[in-house]
Amino acid sequence: MLRRIYALMVKEFLAILKDKKSRMVLVLPPVAQILVFGYAASFDLYNVPYAVYNEDTGEASRVFLARFDGSRTFKFYGAIDDDAQIASLINLGKVLMVIHLGPTFSRDLSREKTGTIQVILDGRNSNTALIGLNYIQSIVADFNEDWAATHGRTIPPARLVVRSWFNEMLDSHWFIIPGIVALLTLVVTIEVTSLSVAKEREAGTFDQLLVTPMTPVEILVGKSLPGFIIGTLEATFIILVIVTWFHIPLRGSIPALYFGLFTFLLSAIGIGLMISAFSVTQQQGLMGAFLFLVPSVILSGFATPIANMPRLVQDLTYLNPLRYFLIVVRSIFLQGASFDLLWSQYWPMALIGVVTLAAAGMLFRGRMY
Amino acid sequence: MTGEQPYGGHMRGISMMRLRGLVKKESYQIIRDPSSIGIAFVLPVVLLFIFGYGVSLDAQHVPMAMVIDKPDKAAFDFISGFGQSEYFSPVIMNNIQEAEKALMQRRIDGIVWLRGDFGRLLLSTGNAPIGVIVNGVDANQARITIGYVTGAWIKWLERFSMERGRPLNIPVNVDYRIWFNAAVRSRNFLVPGLIAVIMTLIGAMLTAMVIAREWERGTMEALMVSPVKIQEILLGKIIPYFVLGMGGMALSVAMAIFIFHVPLRGSFFALTIGSALFMLTAIFMGLLISQTAGSQFVAGQIAIVVTFLPAFMLSGFVFDIGSMPMVIQWLTHLVAARYFVSILQNIFLAGDIWPIFFSNCLWLVAMGTAFIVIIRKKARKRLE
Repeated sequence: MLRRIYALMVKEFLAILKDKKSRMVLVLPPVAQILVFGYAASFDLYNVPYAVYNEDTGEASRVFLARFDGSRTFKFYGAIDDDAQIASLINLGKVLMVIHLGPTFSRDLSREKTGTIQVILDGRNSNTALIGLNYIQSIVADFNEDWAATHGRTIPPARLVVRSWFNEMLDSHWFIIPGIVALLTLVVTIEVTSLSVAKEREAGTFDQLLVTPMTPVEILVGKSLPGFIIGTLEATFIILVIVTWFHIPLRGSIPALYFGLFTFLLSAIGIGLMISAFSVTQQQGLMGAFLFLVPSVILSGFATPIANMPRLVQDLTYLNPLRYFLIVVRSIFLQGASFDLLWSQYWPMALIGVVTLAAAGMLFRGRMY
Repeated sequence: MTGEQPYGGHMRGISMMRLRGLVKKESYQIIRDPSSIGIAFVLPVVLLFIFGYGVSLDAQHVPMAMVIDKPDKAAFDFISGFGQSEYFSPVIMNNIQEAEKALMQRRIDGIVWLRGDFGRLLLSTGNAPIGVIVNGVDANQARITIGYVTGAWIKWLERFSMERGRPLNIPVNVDYRIWFNAAVRSRNFLVPGLIAVIMTLIGAMLTAMVIAREWERGTMEALMVSPVKIQEILLGKIIPYFVLGMGGMALSVAMAIFIFHVPLRGSFFALTIGSALFMLTAIFMGLLISQTAGSQFVAGQIAIVVTFLPAFMLSGFVFDIGSMPMVIQWLTHLVAARYFVSILQNIFLAGDIWPIFFSNCLWLVAMGTAFIVIIRKKARKRLE
């Protein structure tokens, strides 16, 4: 039995790797993608272009605006001296925001009144606008604290002391990049498995496979193993890149990470093979792969949190293995988690894996009788 | 053009009769194989429906633990603001250890911790510390949560100072306006972006698979040895899929407006031109993929790799392109979805901003032209 499985596995590997193009598609994109997406995918803002509309000539306004100069987040685009220019700068996307200081800003500050600044933000991407606004608020808060201290103004009766756990600097790369392990592993595994049966059906060789002494379970195992091996290798490679190249801390237990990867691959391969067993043609197999991949990525919590989804859609995400593995990866990388915190993520993936593999096996058998 | 033959009365060597025949053949193929129609019409509707509801960056009801070491009026007064806000769903916890454990287990996203001396410091020296701990794993959400907490704090400060007859006097106050999306609904920019991502998939999927199938089955060679010319074959494929794709696009726009209530501030004219240019570019890309791949298997793999993830990550759909490193910003110019995301976000939210519109269209035309040149070159090679 083992020999038969081994033989099938070798044959599957050959089928995947013998074609030069197919080999390239499997190896090159994950390497390129982890590098490109690792740099690209971030919610943090750098070099946000801003313009200043300063109607005030006082000293205080210059001291205040100097705070923006020193920041990596902002990049001074230019000064304007007319209301009408605001619209053209923002509409054309030249600047993300315009900071407007009225003529009485310095006077108000020196008379112990409140100086108001007006910020106009481009809300076409409202998330970027909100993040930009948050940066401004924190610069202003720092300025207020210093100003109150040096100018003997009354300080507020209470202040916030904020600490963020697991990611002190709140660098969103730390959140996104470990997620890419899960994302790319899923894509590769689904690619490898989802067409494997359909391809043989179309060529007619699947019927031949069915009349060999191999049982459906053996076929299932033989067809799963290449996905497992390729998935594990690629995930390992990506994890190494993340740790050594992107310097994301891997704080938790590595066995727990690989156990999570194992259950995740089980579920991904199960779904891939099920799609493959359902489809009669490769086109259908590919369609199925697409139809599974796209929603599972978008509704996984990879970029937008599951907690923000409506209840019904949240319930739907329980069927998505990527949802669980993203939690596993992020908890282990950043939170330093180990097995005890993650059982609630392992078993759903294992369950999805067992159910879908059984379904795939049954679909093979269904073709047999 | 290869083998220009003097068929009289036809435009640029293209015979309308043969073209009509091909379009008819292609259309029958589409109608008889319901999967193409499914891809073009059902898929965008289903995907946009789920994603439109599912994808949001607006955090609400963030679970926060409230830990009060010494229950007194000052402390309860402070946290009452959290209970009234729609942004939080506060849970009272007895001690910090319990709250930290809950944070570790991801049951809550943050902690507000008022220590035993909060009330005393508040009334005597002032500047009483309010401990805030957030789970920083999701840095973006953590920032948003901190922003919410800061808002609640400022509101409380104002209330507290008013009650004591000393209006809050902070040096600088920020008054902000967010243009184009005053309510800061993330759906308003995510839905147009989603349309671009979904249409990228559909355009590539429709064509990439279908043509690879013809190569694989050898029917492409059969077509090629017939008197039909290469540009006719290509046009015959492009026209029906273009019509299908535009139909799907129209459905998506209708959904964005009527179901997700995204305002449409620009003109239908610009929307149509932009969509048509993008659809053509996407179809050309699909053609090129299928031609390069030769087999459906590889075509499918390439289509997944070059369409979905780049459209998702590098188009500016969620991640701001301006903040990416320079090299990556250059790379995004190769992603057609990038231009379409910008076109759609502008037309929906800002209106017809012609300079942005034209520069995006120009890029799309350039990409499309490059694709078609390569396709024709390759097609010629395969023919000989």
